[in-house]
Amino acid sequence: MSESAPTEGHDGYRGPGLAVLQRHGVTVWSEVEIKAASGRFRGLILPRSETADDHHIVLKLASGYNIGLAAEVIQQITQHGRRVAQYKIPEKEFPTDPSKPNIVLFGTGGTIASRLDYRTGAVIPAFSPGELYGSVPELADLCNLKTEKLFGVFSENMGPQQYVCLAKRIGEAIADGVDGIVIGHGTDTMHHTAAALTFMVQDPPIPIVMVGSQRSSDRPSSDAALSLICAVTAAAQCDIAEVMVCMFGPTSDQYCLLHRGTRVRKMHSSYRSTFRTIGDIPLAMVDQQGITPFRDDYKRRRSDHLVRLNTAYSEDVTLLYYYPGMKPDVMEAMIEKGYRGIVIAGTGLGHVNKLTYRALERARDKGVHVYMTVQTIWGFVGMYVYETGREMMELGVIPLANMLPEVAFIKLSWVLGQTDDRDEVKRLMLTTIGDEITEREPYNGYLVYQGAVPEVQEFLRKIKH
Amino acid sequence: MEDLPLKPFKEMTAADYAAIGLACGLEVHQQLLTRSKLFCRCPAGRYSMSYDAEVLRHMRPTLSEMGEYDGTALMEKKTKKNIIYRLNHDSVCTYEFDDTPPFLIDEESIDIALELALLLKLNIVNELHIARKQYLDGSIPTGFQRTTILGIDGRLPFNGRTIRIRQLGLEEDSCREVSDIGHDRVYLTDRLGMPLIEVVTEPDMSTPQETAAVCNLIRKVCRSTQKVRRGYGATRQDVNVSVEGGTRIEIKGVPQIWRIPHLIYNEACRQVALLGIRRELQRRGIGPDSLETESGDVTTLVAKTSFAPIRSAFDSGLRVKCVLLRGFGGMLNKPTQEHTTFAKEFSDRVRVIACLTQLPNIAHSEAATDSPSAQEWQELKKRMKAAPDDTLILVWGDERDTETACGEITIRAHQATIGVPSDTRQSMKDGTNGFERVLPGAARMYPDTDLPPIEITADRVERARRELPAPVWETEARYRAGGMVADDAQRMCISPHAALIDRAIDHLKLSPLFLGVLFGQRMRSFARKELRPGRLSDGALLEILQTHAEERLAREGVFWLIEHLLKRETGESITDDDVHTALLEIRPATERALRRSVDDAVAACESHRFKTDAKRVRYLMGRLMRELIGRVDGRRLRELIFEKLATGQPAVAARGAAGARTVAP
Repeated sequence: MSESAPTEGHDGYRGPGLAVLQRHGVTVWSEVEIKAASGRFRGLILPRSETADDHHIVLKLASGYNIGLAAEVIQQITQHGRRVAQYKIPEKEFPTDPSKPNIVLFGTGGTIASRLDYRTGAVIPAFSPGELYGSVPELADLCNLKTEKLFGVFSENMGPQQYVCLAKRIGEAIADGVDGIVIGHGTDTMHHTAAALTFMVQDPPIPIVMVGSQRSSDRPSSDAALSLICAVTAAAQCDIAEVMVCMFGPTSDQYCLLHRGTRVRKMHSSYRSTFRTIGDIPLAMVDQQGITPFRDDYKRRRSDHLVRLNTAYSEDVTLLYYYPGMKPDVMEAMIEKGYRGIVIAGTGLGHVNKLTYRALERARDKGVHVYMTVQTIWGFVGMYVYETGREMMELGVIPLANMLPEVAFIKLSWVLGQTDDRDEVKRLMLTTIGDEITEREPYNGYLVYQGAVPEVQEFLRKIKH
Repeated sequence: MEDLPLKPFKEMTAADYAAIGLACGLEVHQQLLTRSKLFCRCPAGRYSMSYDAEVLRHMRPTLSEMGEYDGTALMEKKTKKNIIYRLNHDSVCTYEFDDTPPFLIDEESIDIALELALLLKLNIVNELHIARKQYLDGSIPTGFQRTTILGIDGRLPFNGRTIRIRQLGLEEDSCREVSDIGHDRVYLTDRLGMPLIEVVTEPDMSTPQETAAVCNLIRKVCRSTQKVRRGYGATRQDVNVSVEGGTRIEIKGVPQIWRIPHLIYNEACRQVALLGIRRELQRRGIGPDSLETESGDVTTLVAKTSFAPIRSAFDSGLRVKCVLLRGFGGMLNKPTQEHTTFAKEFSDRVRVIACLTQLPNIAHSEAATDSPSAQEWQELKKRMKAAPDDTLILVWGDERDTETACGEITIRAHQATIGVPSDTRQSMKDGTNGFERVLPGAARMYPDTDLPPIEITADRVERARRELPAPVWETEARYRAGGMVADDAQRMCISPHAALIDRAIDHLKLSPLFLGVLFGQRMRSFARKELRPGRLSDGALLEILQTHAEERLAREGVFWLIEHLLKRETGESITDDDVHTALLEIRPATERALRRSVDDAVAACESHRFKTDAKRVRYLMGRLMRELIGRVDGRRLRELIFEKLATGQPAVAARGAAGARTVAP
């Protein structure tokens, strides 16, 4: 039997599921009564996710519950009406007030504001000032808001093309004189983009604040609203003119932290408080009352509209996570394939095994730039401590101090987009632009508390609010 | 106070309820007996008030799948609650407090729910879709309950008719509330995420007593599977009540079935009373469109009051506001439930939505007590430009809360012109109910994008069908037909020992009467003596029953042996090996030894005086049973005593009458 072709109004249905709908002349959004082997069911036919199997029909019952019925048990479908879902976040015109700062919100995708997508069964971003005002009206107390959807991609699909586009639009917005920029971004690679923007958009006169959410905004417990309020507060009010990430401090709905774009990392796959400043302290904390800076070594907000843009980028860079027993052919394959820069995340103070030396020699001979970072995430590369380190430096591997592996990857891509000169590459890599390498690691820059320790338990036990 | 619109609870008859058109439905929530929770692998059923950490959250309403906001959600939004969750290391992981997405659904729960869906004769769906049912009160940290429907349109036989079952759902349990004071609500999370089923009936019950009986029947069906939890809070029911012209009202979380009738009575009263109030308002020309209300700040006016609640509010710098309800004179004193007047409807909404939780939270111009002075009311009436038949309500608190409160009082007055507002109400211990939230509708449902649909194959349904226990009403009837006492039969058809009892009846040919006494009465008495009879394994019990069936252990011996084992063994489980050992210690008395004991006993009491022969026999039985317990069947002993007393001959001489029943193998 040939598969029936999907027709208008059969969103997501295929195979036996589609056939049974067509046979009975009904479509998605038909109100029906279905006679099946297992009894009678009344409800509304819903679209089906493309990733679900092809032999069930989805029905919304009057109670609001959805159920699935197998195509093979369906004997009869009688239509008695039609009702189409109007899934729309209520839009209200965002008010303007000349005394409030002008903020622009760039959308890249992600879950900061989202709605249901039947096709994939996932949530898709929804995003206009009206929609945002409808769901987070507090924003109107903070600023005049303009939004611009640059792309609608999930975080993992962000890449060089998007970094460059984003950097250019930021440059234009600064030239237009906005008072602050907020960028809505999926959280998975937000720290990569934050690093890229730090290098591409240098010395901005205003705050550039990246924000995302760990629980999509279609959930009552979402972190999106508070994060967005805090990000807009930071963009509108704070004196820190840098690229920052604004995300939940604790898992509780209390405050957000502002992290420097090059020192921040997503540290948990699902926790709200997933973003942490690594090897240093965050810049500030933000809540609905305002901003509390933790330090004063930041670049200040200026009234000019000047910014230095450098959107160079090479895609011939890779990040290699070393593991015990790694064979040299892994790195050799990269060299073979034409990669010009390799960032290694080495063990401990920055080590790889002796087997790899052969590949390192080959890289040096081919002029491939090899940089060392640590997979311990916290701490400095220390290549003088052990013989291994010294031997690797002999082979041309350059240690990157406490630069995070992902940041090193982004920076080497950016540098190799500008030059291939060995010394110049090294100079640029080691010249700090936004604290990607710090001279000092403060005593409170590494805090991974362990549960069960009495003082930690004491801290967790009672919430202060 | 005026009389309630209905007769007192105890005097109400089925005809009285029929006259007001009472219709009741049930939503029975029953926790399932599983190892782990429904969407994570935390252990289920580990309760503790102690906690290790706290997390703070707020809730925001979101759109339903059909693009609507739910009324309840919007109400909760007004309350602006800080929700604090207490976490215990042993009972929750990051899933419960919404920092990890759900794990795949617990398959054991699906199988149990399927079994129950089949017992209730529901039409089973072919694919489960997990839905998110919004709860913005914070009782679930995600802001929604993950829930799914297994079947619809079932039926339950009850007193010769059919109660229709609308649906059976499988869902995760919610938090336990610790406190709710002002804007802070505190929850314990231990119960959160435990699997439970929800059985929803159609409104097919027409009296409070019948509703309780159906609830009991549903609970028995659940328990007959032996795969559900028991104990306080393991079964909780919501009762839906409406009268003719009224509205479906849901009374939430009734933990005990015996409370149901009284709760229904009071709700029926309330609806009849509210309809009466609407009629009276209409008579006065006050309808939904002609209602007039005013509100204003009267803080300065009551500055000198001696009414304590307002006095202390004023002293702590809070505001006092007044709402005028035009033409409401006399209404607030109308009784709605036992010991309750219409005024409480206003107080409740102010407490729940404006978060003014300290009572009294309102004062009104018609109250005889608990109110500012008459002179103060005069001044207030003047300020609010009140006519003689107008009513004033005062609230006090901070600016924002009193603002919300005035709004809510106006909303409640407006609802009074329409009739019975759609509420979810909480049950009180005294049988009355109070406002909990606006009744949610279908708009709070949203598909769960975190989990794929789950196919329920025909094979799986058939497997469940094969393992179904007999319907509980059939088991009960069979036990009674076999001679079991009614009370015992009712208990035994849902007893954890039901399977063992069936086996003892079918294979060992033991009498249901005896089994009812053993499992229904004796075991309970052992439990009362704190002997923990639950330690007896099925193997041990079977061994004892088998020995009895083979006539190697007398009926009294069964009881004696079990008590002996429970007293001697201190371990958590008593096995068939323990039974073997104990049996070695109690060999049945030989016929010869038995007759000698009878002779001795009769001789020993020969000189005693008894008023009747029956009393002498009773005395002898008692004395000999103590001596021979576990070693002789009582009936045989009685025969021998009669024989002895009748013949006057030594029983030992009467050989040949030896019953196999008392002879050792």
